[in-house]
Amino acid sequence: MSSNYEDRDRDFGFEREYDRTMPRGPRRMMRRKICRFCIEKVDLIDYKDVKFLQSYVPERGKILPRRISGVCAAHQRMLAEAIKRARNIALLPYAAD
Amino acid sequence: MAEKRTYEVIFIIDPDVAENEVMQLSEGVQKIITSQGGSITKTEMMGKRQLAYEINHKRNGTYVLLEVEGSGAEIAEVERRMRVNDQILRYMTIRVDEMRRRADKLKDRRARKAAKKTAGGKASKAEAQTEPEEEGSAA
Repeated sequence: MSSNYEDRDRDFGFEREYDRTMPRGPRRMMRRKICRFCIEKVDLIDYKDVKFLQSYVPERGKILPRRISGVCAAHQRMLAEAIKRARNIALLPYAAD
Repeated sequence: MAEKRTYEVIFIIDPDVAENEVMQLSEGVQKIITSQGGSITKTEMMGKRQLAYEINHKRNGTYVLLEVEGSGAEIAEVERRMRVNDQILRYMTIRVDEMRRRADKLKDRRARKAAKKTAGGKASKAEAQTEPEEEGSAA
């Protein structure tokens, strides 16, 4: 019983709440990323727009993960599909070095 | 079965093929489509550009883009022909009508959401306006 209570106490603990609302220190400095496509209200990502797609394909030719770009899941899916199509018709590389 | 679909056919022609032959080739492809009952709604010669990787030891290629409307049978036919044709390095067909429909749906949903939001905002404003009135009447 008592241990259960302690667990609960920790759950509602100060520290956790504090951490979540106010990230502090050098390690936790993270700006909330916003999806660029959502702001610009993009419904369709064209695979032929190479210049644009390239901004989501770093030098190595891989698809930029959304943990870095901040793109939302739905738009990342669209983006990935467009990049893969562009790769198929040699507009973008499968792998580059 | 008689459903009309829209496709985007994109193919890459060998860079060594002469320019007038390129035209001939793309016209030939279009003829195949029309003879199979499809119709071409858009043609775009995207010109010669560098390939991102080698295909058949070629570094360049001429891109041609067609927008086709039809049942799908003509797509099967052109793909079969293109597969055999050595002058065509690569081809890809994408069904765009579904994609566009999905995009429209998203747009619709967003519009509705925005409408709801503004309506909600007005409603709360209206509430705010009525409240002081009530107070006034009470006083």
